[in-house]
Amino acid sequence: MAQVRVTVDGVNYADDVEPRTLLVHYLRERLGKTGTLVGCDTSNCGACTVHLNGQSVKSCSVLAVQADGGEVLTIEGLARDGKLHPMQEAFNEHHALQCGYCTPGMIMQAVDLLGDNPDPDEREVREGIEGNLCRCTGYQNIVRAVQSAAQKMKPGAAADTPAPASVAGGGN
Amino acid sequence: MTTTAEPTTTPSPEVGKARVRKEDARLITGRTRYTDAITPQGTLHIHVVRSPLAHAKVLGVDKSEAAASPGVIGVYTAADLGVESVGLPCAWPITPDMKAPQRPLLASSTVHFAGEGVAVVVARSAAEARDAADLVDVDYEELEPVLDMEAALAEGATLVHPDLGTNENATWVLDSGEAGTGGRIGDAIAAAEADPDSVVVKRRFRQQRLIPAFMEPRSCVVDPSGEQLTIYAATQVPHILRTMTTVTMGLNESKVRVIAPDVGGGFGGKIGVLPEEMLCVALANKLRRPVKWTETRSESMLAAHHGRDQIQDITITAKRDGTVTGLDVHLLADMGAYLGLVGPGVPILGAFMYNAIYKIPALKFSCTNVFTTKTLTDAYRGAGRPEATFAIERIMDELAVELGRDPMDLRKQNWIPHEEFPFTTVAGLTYDSGNYEQATAQAVEMFDYDGLRREQEERRRNNDPVQLGIGISTFTEMCGIAPSRLLGSLSYGAGGWEAASVRMLATGKVEVTTGASPHGQGHETAFSQIVADQLGVPFEDVEILHGDTQVSPKGLDTYGSRSLVVGGIAVVKAVDKVIAKARKIAAHLLEASEDDLEFADGTFTVRGTDKGKAIQEIAFAAFVAHDYPEDMEPSLDADAVYDPENFSYPHGTHLAAVEIDTETGRVHLRKYVCVDDVGTVINPLIVEGQVHGGLAQGIAQALFEEANYDEQGTLVNGTLVDYTLPSAADLPNFDTAVVSTPATSNPLGVKGVGEAGTIASTPAIVNGVLDALRHLGVRDIEMPTTSQRVWRAIQEAQGRSTQQTPVDTHSPGAGLGSIDPNNPQEEEVQ
Ligand code: FES
Ligand code: FES
Repeated sequence: MAQVRVTVDGVNYADDVEPRTLLVHYLRERLGKTGTLVGCDTSNCGACTVHLNGQSVKSCSVLAVQADGGEVLTIEGLARDGKLHPMQEAFNEHHALQCGYCTPGMIMQAVDLLGDNPDPDEREVREGIEGNLCRCTGYQNIVRAVQSAAQKMKPGAAADTPAPASVAGGGN
Repeated sequence: MTTTAEPTTTPSPEVGKARVRKEDARLITGRTRYTDAITPQGTLHIHVVRSPLAHAKVLGVDKSEAAASPGVIGVYTAADLGVESVGLPCAWPITPDMKAPQRPLLASSTVHFAGEGVAVVVARSAAEARDAADLVDVDYEELEPVLDMEAALAEGATLVHPDLGTNENATWVLDSGEAGTGGRIGDAIAAAEADPDSVVVKRRFRQQRLIPAFMEPRSCVVDPSGEQLTIYAATQVPHILRTMTTVTMGLNESKVRVIAPDVGGGFGGKIGVLPEEMLCVALANKLRRPVKWTETRSESMLAAHHGRDQIQDITITAKRDGTVTGLDVHLLADMGAYLGLVGPGVPILGAFMYNAIYKIPALKFSCTNVFTTKTLTDAYRGAGRPEATFAIERIMDELAVELGRDPMDLRKQNWIPHEEFPFTTVAGLTYDSGNYEQATAQAVEMFDYDGLRREQEERRRNNDPVQLGIGISTFTEMCGIAPSRLLGSLSYGAGGWEAASVRMLATGKVEVTTGASPHGQGHETAFSQIVADQLGVPFEDVEILHGDTQVSPKGLDTYGSRSLVVGGIAVVKAVDKVIAKARKIAAHLLEASEDDLEFADGTFTVRGTDKGKAIQEIAFAAFVAHDYPEDMEPSLDADAVYDPENFSYPHGTHLAAVEIDTETGRVHLRKYVCVDDVGTVINPLIVEGQVHGGLAQGIAQALFEEANYDEQGTLVNGTLVDYTLPSAADLPNFDTAVVSTPATSNPLGVKGVGEAGTIASTPAIVNGVLDALRHLGVRDIEMPTTSQRVWRAIQEAQGRSTQQTPVDTHSPGAGLGSIDPNNPQEEEVQ
């Protein structure tokens, strides 16, 4: 057993885990963070994407112990004080999800993308999320949503939307 | 209390509004419950030990090491569980003499495909079960795999199921000459062959094997800790699963409850009754603990049913002036090793669609289903109809080439003109409505068809290394499965009706239950819009309940673009009954005659007066039940079961502009335009989303995806590394629009949209690819038309050797994503 101390969505945890435990299984099975999903066993689908220390990672390709001392943000911690993150709003507004299974990972990846590139063009969005597979939407509305969120999150775009860095830690 | 009906502004109708979805609030915040998130206290986990071989005798199973492994409760074979004689159901015996093998929960003496279960491990955790499964030692004696359909039918072929005496499952025929719905195809072909002014065009097309690849792996939890055995399952068909579980396992139907919680996509891939589900039932009953199964992605690729996999031999006859005179279709369809729930019927669903939108005087369809030692096939988005549409749209292009005609003009010459609807086709179906001219005119304009044809000319003239192709698909499909009597005539084992209930709550809110169980389609939003309009209540006041046989006890679930067209109409019929009951109470309370009441925007008013009662007030009156008519029960609630009398027939025109780099073979989809007629649109946002997603899957068949087996019968695309689903970087933005000729077969005028994009897009792309290359001598390219296949076809057409280049079957599709083969240094490493 190995010790892991980690902050997830603002709560501190200290647990003994089997050294081989993947972060995604730790999140789901130990912490009940079932909003983060598993879609594959080869790190291809991105359904499990979370932020670790401000950067998006596929939590199926990180060991829980590698997150030791770190800070994890999952889809469940993205909304603040009952207010949705602009990316979550944009996914709803632009019908960027159908079954919703890719959605948590897709949103976390998209937030990270905007941290790196606050104003991506269509191609940049497509390439920025190509590690996240969606079988339902054909991606078009996801791309729309990400670009629309980017506009809303621009500094000064709307007073009440949080800046991306403060919410997601960005990717920088 | 009587309200005075004030002259209010009529609320704008909900139907047609681009409402954002109700269901999203949970899904975008992670407040979800997909089956794998359900783990009652004390749950045991299973892992299935699967055969690595396609065809082998099982000589022995040594469980000892696994059984002693930490956390293991038990290791079981079929014999250990006493389930050797249990067979999973096939609900569609397409012919009376159809050959059907027993499909066991676990193979006992022989395995018939790589991935078939041989034993099951039960342990405290999923990880312990998986570890122990590796320790189960199975002794196999390898048998020859059966992989090629034609070889499987040949004399002396190795038999997949020797007890059946053949590898042929069944042959099913539709013959317009016999049925009296058209001429005899033999006559049409003979006439065309004898006539110098006619042509006969024969082609063979291959529908490669596809994997549905829903993003949520399949999962179930069976909980025996109540009076009813509760099955949570990632399924499209909770109601069918309930009935079939009881039939399969010999249980009492009233003792089983099935819940489909959040379901992460299906596309036909989750309509099955699974061996793993039945194993969990058997184990939960045996061990008296909740038992859970969640497959890995690799297991899903290997063992969940696949789709398509047909060889299509198509003959079309026509006069030299372009008039089509006959169509002969002969299919071989790979069933895999066993029959799925509706597997043998999938090609039959396509039979009626080969004549598509055209007036074809003679049609014969015959399909032979074949057993092989591969994963079984069953429904995948479109189920039979994409194959039919591909064949007819490809052969129309081939005919156009043969006749030297513009492919669009040839289609126009042969399609059913709008003034001839309703039109009874050579397959015996009656198309109620449609306007092919309108959809096509709009698509051609959005696409700039003439401009692109000019550019194509220019590129050909200049020998441009990048050639342009224009692909057309003018399609129709039959949706809304299905009229029960018709299903009966096709020997299907159930009906095609759907059920709904409407409950008026005391506070005026509305609960609606539907038997159509969604997995991403947005039923809650679309059905709420319908009810809000019909009942005159706010959208927000309507709750749509589904997916639990205790909540919505009756239903036939979701597949075949049926939810709206059948399930939505059932809701309308139930609302009609509520309004009829409310009218009686309103008349009673208003002391008026029912005939004098008008119902609009949720309020009954007495004609010519200002007296009225809102539906909510009447619901409350029925609840307190202090004052209501004597000849009725104090309730507005109503149930309805709707059995459609016809299919619905969405149609559309899809156009693709495809650029091909003739030096590398790379196919670039530059532009995609489609104009679909899906009848009345309830929610344009949802319709557009369904079209996008459908397009992505259809385009993926044309360009990226294929499930391949090696000579040993091993699936070589067993992960998402090798089975290349398109990513965002592989697809363009689509230019979509809708036109609407309302269906006349249902009160909403709706036609269904779930499968349209998938059905239409595959031939549009392949027609485009060939259109770009035909002048170079390329005649055909099998799907998926990957860079390598395109490059090879060009080399071969030009008489150049391709011998030095090995065929890459392991990753044939290879959506290259952001990787630009011409500028490898720009590769982005994710
Ligand atoms: S679960 Fe598929 S990438 Fe992590
Ligand atoms: S919404 Fe279903 S996989 Fe993306």
